Amino acid sequence: MAKVTMTVNGRQVSGVCDDRTLLVHFIRENLGLTGTHVGCDTSQCGACVVHMNGQSVKSCSILAAQAAGSAITTIEGLAQNGELHPVQAAFKAHHGLQCGFCTPGMVMTAVDMIRRHGSGLDEATVRFELEGNICRCTGYHNIVKAILAAAQEMGGVRQAAE
Amino acid sequence: MGVDGIGARVARKEDRRFLTGKGRYTDDMSVPGMKYAVFVRSPHAHATITGIDATAARAMPGVIDVLDGKQLLADGIGNLICGWMIHSKDGSPMKMGAWRPLADKTVRYVGDAVAIVVADSVAEARDAAEAVVVDYDLLPVVTDPLQALAYGEPQLHPEAPNNLIFDWELGDAAAVDRALAAAAHVTELKIYNNRLAPNPMEPRATLGIYDAGDDHYTCYTTSQNPHLARLVMSAFYNVAPENKLRVIAPDVGGGFGSKIYIYPEEIVCLWASKRTGVPVKWTCDRTEAFLTDAHGRDHVSTVKMAFDAGNRIIALKVDTIANLGAYMSLFSSCVPTYLYATLLSGQYDIPAIHANVRSVYTNTVPVDAYRGAGRPEATYLLERTMETAARELGISPAELRRTNFIRSFPHQTPVIMNYDAGDYEASLNAAMTTADWSGFAARKAEAEGRGMKRGIGMSCYIEACGLAPSAAVGSLGAGVGLWESAEVKVNMAGTIEVMTGSHSHGQGHETTFAQLVADRLGLPIDSINIVHGDTDKVQMGMGTYGSRSGAVGMSALAKALDKVEAKAKKIAAHLMEADESDIVIEDGALKVAGTDRSVPWFQMALAAYTAHNLPPGLEPGLKESAFYDPANFTFPAGCYICEVEVDPETGRTHIVQFVAADDFGNIINPMIVEGQVHGGLAQGIGQALLEGVRYNDSGQLLTASYLDYAMPRADDVPSFNVSTSNTPCPNNPLGVKGCGEAGAIGSPPALINAITDAIGNNQLTMPATPEKVWAAAQAAH
Ligand code: FES
Ligand code: FES
Repeated sequence: MAKVTMTVNGRQVSGVCDDRTLLVHFIRENLGLTGTHVGCDTSQCGACVVHMNGQSVKSCSILAAQAAGSAITTIEGLAQNGELHPVQAAFKAHHGLQCGFCTPGMVMTAVDMIRRHGSGLDEATVRFELEGNICRCTGYHNIVKAILAAAQEMGGVRQAAE
Repeated sequence: MGVDGIGARVARKEDRRFLTGKGRYTDDMSVPGMKYAVFVRSPHAHATITGIDATAARAMPGVIDVLDGKQLLADGIGNLICGWMIHSKDGSPMKMGAWRPLADKTVRYVGDAVAIVVADSVAEARDAAEAVVVDYDLLPVVTDPLQALAYGEPQLHPEAPNNLIFDWELGDAAAVDRALAAAAHVTELKIYNNRLAPNPMEPRATLGIYDAGDDHYTCYTTSQNPHLARLVMSAFYNVAPENKLRVIAPDVGGGFGSKIYIYPEEIVCLWASKRTGVPVKWTCDRTEAFLTDAHGRDHVSTVKMAFDAGNRIIALKVDTIANLGAYMSLFSSCVPTYLYATLLSGQYDIPAIHANVRSVYTNTVPVDAYRGAGRPEATYLLERTMETAARELGISPAELRRTNFIRSFPHQTPVIMNYDAGDYEASLNAAMTTADWSGFAARKAEAEGRGMKRGIGMSCYIEACGLAPSAAVGSLGAGVGLWESAEVKVNMAGTIEVMTGSHSHGQGHETTFAQLVADRLGLPIDSINIVHGDTDKVQMGMGTYGSRSGAVGMSALAKALDKVEAKAKKIAAHLMEADESDIVIEDGALKVAGTDRSVPWFQMALAAYTAHNLPPGLEPGLKESAFYDPANFTFPAGCYICEVEVDPETGRTHIVQFVAADDFGNIINPMIVEGQVHGGLAQGIGQALLEGVRYNDSGQLLTASYLDYAMPRADDVPSFNVSTSNTPCPNNPLGVKGCGEAGAIGSPPALINAITDAIGNNQLTMPATPEKVWAAAQAAH
């Protein structure tokens, strides 16, 4: 058993868990943040993607203990003051989700992708970088559309602010 | 029509909770005192259990109890059932081998559940499950259906000699044989339809809660069909009386058919909760899902299609062997029979059809409905044969189809179905125009210059959905009726709750059902709430599968709305001292037509419940329910065209474009319909190019994770070009058909036809992996 402390969605949290506890289970079971999902046991599906110190990671491939001291953002931490994040809004506007199970991981991956590429993202890059996220419902068509639209919008916003 | 009404691309109401991590799936549920279950599963594909020793496991940290099949039997829990009775052509009923929720004597596939461990944590339950000692005497194994049938050894169930479940036929064999003998040309083909794992992204899960105080059971479960789960668990498995069992299927992360059935884990967790006195939750991991979720497809067929001198089809003869796995799952028997052979006429006027289907037990996971269920198998067989025939006859595939299209409706096929309406040429023309069919030769020449082999392929599918008239399915062997129910409750303040027996697991019912209400009552969509998935809240239901929610579920809602409107008009007429036939409902008010007199909707609703001033004799309140039993199936149809480039060096197939032109009748929300098509196309492309369940000779599953089973990823599929035409369905009040399965039905043949066109070799089986395509391309030289 280990006591683990980290910042999750801007709040310091701690919990006691088994040494073998994965970050995803710590988030779901100890913190009750069930938006982060488990879709596989081989780190292939991406349903569990969260941000760790600003970068997307699969929370099923990291031990909770390894994440001690880090800053984690989960899907629950993305919307601010009740306003959907532009990526969340784009997924809704472009019907980028159906059952919603892959969606939190997709959104977290997309936010990181846009952070790295900005509005310069193109369809080929989006499809290539979605390699680690599986969606069984949407056929990806609208997810790709949503991510490109969000990249445009966020790129535009950033330029306007600069 | 209001802005949110029928035909509008309304963004989905349910999205906000999914996008913010507030979706509530079964594994997200926890209740006080809840413990965790892990199943002990057979590592062998076929064996006799000679002993189970759980002594060590019971003593391990955190373990509450370990329960096995003998205890389950002692408590009177019944066998799993198959709900659709098929008779062989000799009149004998299908041979159903016993399927115990926990195997007590024999295991028949790797993953067959043997015992359940309940512990404080999943990790502790898993540790203890490994400490349960099960002694097995190994038996010989068969995974190949042809082998299982040919030698009849090893045999899986004593009830089914030679592993034959049924030998069933449909159609007129003599007429077909006569036509074959007289034909100007006969095209023959062997068709293999690969076994698939449905793989909804949410793994199955169930939480069983027994409340000893009330002697009441609650089952949270990942189901497409909670009412059926309750019925079957009560009436057949003896888990709990129906009036003491509540089944809740909350947010469900995809189903595609695999969550229609009732699985052993749901039964066992409920029973274990009573046995142990604690709520018991089980969540599948992905490998367990591959091992135990019912698989789809798995047909081997031979087909003969006979033509006259004018290239008109005069007969079709099909012989199919369907592998149903180790046990008969809930709907398994109807998939390769009434959902398959009845669609073998496709879009064509075929005077004589005969299908013979033998279904077989093997030591593999049970096979049941998966997106399309029988209809993809029929379409693949027919459309591969049409394309092959066109090549043999030396005419264009479009021309051959045009020659044979059904053009007048209603059309009675020789295999039961009576098509109500359609315009197949419209879809064909639309798809060919969008795909620039006539420009293909130039594109092919250009690709050749780059060393690429370019091919184009089409498929014209038909689907029977909106399952289905209860009397019709009953006469064909179904164990239940396939109506749907809806209840509309107008609250005192005028907001609305709709209780529907349809279940949404990604299809967007909370939006489309609300659109129908908004359309009818002129109310904003946010004032309408759709409730589903809970047997305590929804009166009755038959769930969602086979693209039935629109055609059947929404038709029930339309009927209930008729009653609500009629009563609301009575109340409003009384309030305004007008004639009830003069009242119209629009823009959130009830108006006297042709005057400026009106009563706001909410005021009428309040009046219904205050009951101070109602027409004499009128019952207070405003809440109406309806059941709807469809008059016929509905028949969506369409044409898909796929263009590919194959790299002859590597065998890799690149999809250059994919065009889908569908006829779905009237459409409630085009955005959602397009999304359904996209998803279906990706699953069909997955079947054609990537996916395939593989067992080795000893029955070990070789594809038990995402490392071994290739799921389509974003890079494997193109952006799709989809469009619809809209011939209304004449048989339901909304004129809707169904769109959920179309993509998965129509796409595999279009894609394989394109590849075979590119490489000039028709001998190709799905999945068309680069290795296979490369070898086939080499062989064609
Ligand atoms: S659960 Fe982490 S990648 Fe699948
Ligand atoms: S929306 Fe269902 S898996 Fe992506």
